[in-house]
Amino acid sequence: MKYLDEFNDPELAGRLFDEIARVTTRRWAIMEVCGGQTHSIIRNGIDQLLPDRIELIHGPGCPVCVTPLGVIDKALEIASRPDVIFCSFGDMLRVPGSGRDLFQVKSLGGDVRIVYSPLDAVQLAEQHPDRQVVFFAIGFETTAPANAMAVHLAAQRGLTNFSVLVSHVLVPPAISAIASSPVSRVDGFLAAGHVCSVMGTWQYGPLVEQYGLPIVVTGFEPLDVLDGIRRVVVQLEAGEARLENAYARVVSDAGNEPAQRMIDDVFEVCDRQWRGIGMIPASGWRLSSRYAAFDAELRFGVDGIDTPESSVCRAGEVLQGLIKPNECEAFGTTCTPRNPLGATMVSSEGACAAYYQYRRLDTVPVSIGVG
Amino acid sequence: MNVTDAQPDSAPDFENWSCPLPLRSHDRVVIGHGGGGKLSAELIEHLFLPAFGRVEGAEMHDAATLTLTGSAGGRLAFSTDSYVVRPLFFPGGCIGDLAVNGTINDVAMSGAVPIALSAGFIVEEGLELATLGTVAERMGDAARAAGVPIVTGDTKVVDAGLADGLYVNTAGVGVIPEGVDIRPSRATPGDVVIVSGPIGLHGVAVMSQREGLEFGTEIRSDSAALHGLVAAMLAACADVHVLRDPTRGGLAASLCEIAASACVGVEYDEASLPVPAEVAAACSFLGLDPMHIANEGKLVAFVAAADVDDVMAAMLSHEHGREARVVGRVVDGHPGVVVARTRLGATRVVDLPLGEQLPRIC
Amino acid sequence: MCLAVPGKIVDVRDERGTRMATIDFDGIRKDICLAYLPDMEVGEYAIVHVGFAISRVDEASALETLQMFRDLGILDEELGVTGGTT
Repeated sequence: MKYLDEFNDPELAGRLFDEIARVTTRRWAIMEVCGGQTHSIIRNGIDQLLPDRIELIHGPGCPVCVTPLGVIDKALEIASRPDVIFCSFGDMLRVPGSGRDLFQVKSLGGDVRIVYSPLDAVQLAEQHPDRQVVFFAIGFETTAPANAMAVHLAAQRGLTNFSVLVSHVLVPPAISAIASSPVSRVDGFLAAGHVCSVMGTWQYGPLVEQYGLPIVVTGFEPLDVLDGIRRVVVQLEAGEARLENAYARVVSDAGNEPAQRMIDDVFEVCDRQWRGIGMIPASGWRLSSRYAAFDAELRFGVDGIDTPESSVCRAGEVLQGLIKPNECEAFGTTCTPRNPLGATMVSSEGACAAYYQYRRLDTVPVSIGVG
Repeated sequence: MNVTDAQPDSAPDFENWSCPLPLRSHDRVVIGHGGGGKLSAELIEHLFLPAFGRVEGAEMHDAATLTLTGSAGGRLAFSTDSYVVRPLFFPGGCIGDLAVNGTINDVAMSGAVPIALSAGFIVEEGLELATLGTVAERMGDAARAAGVPIVTGDTKVVDAGLADGLYVNTAGVGVIPEGVDIRPSRATPGDVVIVSGPIGLHGVAVMSQREGLEFGTEIRSDSAALHGLVAAMLAACADVHVLRDPTRGGLAASLCEIAASACVGVEYDEASLPVPAEVAAACSFLGLDPMHIANEGKLVAFVAAADVDDVMAAMLSHEHGREARVVGRVVDGHPGVVVARTRLGATRVVDLPLGEQLPRIC
Repeated sequence: MCLAVPGKIVDVRDERGTRMATIDFDGIRKDICLAYLPDMEVGEYAIVHVGFAISRVDEASALETLQMFRDLGILDEELGVTGGTT
C-alpha cells in the first residue's frame, strides 16, 4: 500500500541500522510508548538488529491491556443483560475480567458483537429500537474522536437506546508518570504518532522541558520506528533533549482541531486506573456531564463495580523495563496468551504477548545490566 | 485540566506495578473452539481423543488412512467436514461448492484419488426452498466438475432461529495409489516448502460480507478442488512428503501443525509469501495477519530438495498451481517450532493462532 | 495502539448532515467518516482509524523523509567506508 510499502524498504532500513550503529557510543534505554510500535518492532525483528547498546523498553500504550479490571467487569455485567446488544472492538473480547471474558458471556447467550467502527454501533441502535445498544468506548486519544462522534450523533438523532461504557486513557500523563518515577531507566521516548495526529505535538514540549528527556513523535512502519530511534540517539549522544517530529507526513503541531473540539465537547479529563500500573492522575477521559444520558454505567447501574487487582505477575517490572518478559518465571509456562496471568500477555501488542508470539526461541535471559 | 498538573506525590507506585488475572479456563464451548487454532486442538486432544480412544499408528491429518486387509488390499482415505459459513453466498462461491471442494481437498491431501462424497444438511425451518435449491445445484455442479459423485445424503430440519439457515456436512472417501505415503510426520530436514498460490483470498472474501466488517472488494474465494493438482504433482514425483490445505487458521496453522507432528523446525521467508495486494490491504486495516487467513483452494507441500524442480514444474503447468512458490524449508534447529524470516532479515516465532481472528484497533 | 492506515479518498458525500467518504486501501473499499477532515478531496490520502479519517497524509513530507533515508550513508559509501557494525 502507498505510504506503507515505501516505509518497509529493507535496503533503506539497512541504512538506518548502519546510521544508528554509527552514532551510538553508549548504552541507551528508549521507550516506545505505543503498542503499535511494539508490534512493529517485534514483528519485524527490529530489536534483534539494533546495536546491543540500544535497549528498547516496551511502554504501556496498548489500550486493551491497560483497561482496568473493574471496567472489564462492568462490561461483562452489561453484556450479560438480555435486553442489551453489546458492541466492542474485536481485541477486547478476549480480555479476561474476574474469571470470564466477553467470549464466554457470548457463549452463555449474551448478544456481543464485534464492530469495526463506533458508528456501526450507532447504526445498530437505529436498527433495533427495542434493544439497548451499548458501545465499549476504549482507547487512547486516537480513538476518542470516533467514540465522541458516536455519542454526538446519538444525541443529535435523539437515540434513547444507545449508550457508551467509556474507559479512555491519555498518553502524556503516562509519559509523565514514567519519567518521574525514581526507578525509571528511560533515557528517551518515542511518542505515539497516531495519538499525535489527533492531538498535535504541543502537549509534549512541556514534558521535554520538565524531565529533560528527548521525545520523538514516531510512526509505525519499520523505517519510521528506526528513524525515531535514530533521532533519539542523536539527541542523547549530543546531550540534548528536544521534541522532534519524525512522522511529519501525518502529524502536525496543532493536530486535528475539529476532532479536538469534539473531544472537548463530549469528554472531560478524569483520574484513571491503568491495569497493571495503578492510578495515574488526570490520565483519562470520561463522558462530560452534558452527555450523562449516554453513560452506560449510570444507565445499567454498574458504576458501583470496583474490582481490586491482586498481584501475581511481574508485568509492572516489565513495563518499567526492569525485566524482559522472558525473565518472568511465569512467562511461557503458567502465563501464555491462552491463559494470561497479566494484561501484558492479553493483547497481541502487550509486551509479554509480543515476546511470546515472536521471541520464544530466546530462552536465555537477556542481560539488562547498565554500563 | 492540564496534563502536567499531576502531583509528584500522587504518582503511581511503580515498585508494585502488577497485573493480576486469575488463570482462565473454559467450562463452556466458546466460538474459538471451532477456529482451527489452539482451542480446537485442545478440544481434540483432551476431549475427543480420550473419549474415542486413539487408533494405533494413526496420525492427525486432514483425512484418515484405512488399510484394507484380505484379498482386496489397498488403502482408503476417509474424511469429513462441516460447513457453517456465514453468509451462505459470498464472492466466488457458496456453502455448497465449499462443502464439496473442501472435503475433496481433505481426501486429496493424503494423495488419494477421491471417489465418492456424502452430503448431510441441517436446515433451519423457514429457509427458502429456492436458497436450498441453489446450494444443491452448486454442489452438484462442483461434484460433476470434480468428477466425484455425491452418492448418499441426509436432511434434518431444526426450529426457526437455529442453524443460521443451513449447515452442510460432507464426507468423502478416496483410494491412495500404490507407493504414495503422504503424512505430516514425513516432513524432514532439508525438505522444501511450496505454496500453490496466493493466500488469504477465501477468508477476506467471506469477511467482506460479514455484518459489522463489510467492505468492498473484487476479491473472490479461491474455493477449488485440488485433487487434479495433487495427481499432477504425484505424476511428477510420487514421493511428496506432506500435503495440507491451509483452511481455518491459515498457512500459519498448517505449518505449525506439521512442525509439531514431525518434530522438525520449519522456516519461511516473509518476502516470498504470495500475498495479493488486496489481502494485504484488508489485513492492514483490520489488524490481521495474512498467514492466519483461511484458504479453500490452496495447498502447502513438503518435498525433498532433489524433487523440487519436478514438482514445481508440474504445479506451474496446472491451473490451480500456476502461481506456486517456494516459501521455506525444513531445518535441523528448533524442532516443533515455525520461524519466519522477516523482510529485514531478523527471525520471529510463528504461533498457532488461538481461535477466531479478531479485528484489532491496536 | 491505534491501528491506522493510509487510504485514498475516492468519493465524498453528505449523509444525514455528516461528511462521509469512500476510501480505497489498495482495492479494498470502505465507507468512512470525514467529519474531522471536511475539506479533503477525491484523490488525497488520509490516515484512517476505526472508520474515521483523522489526518491528511502529506505527500511532499513523505517524499522528503524517504529522500533523507536514501541520503543516509551516501557520504560513507563515496569514501569507501562500510556501514557501522554492532
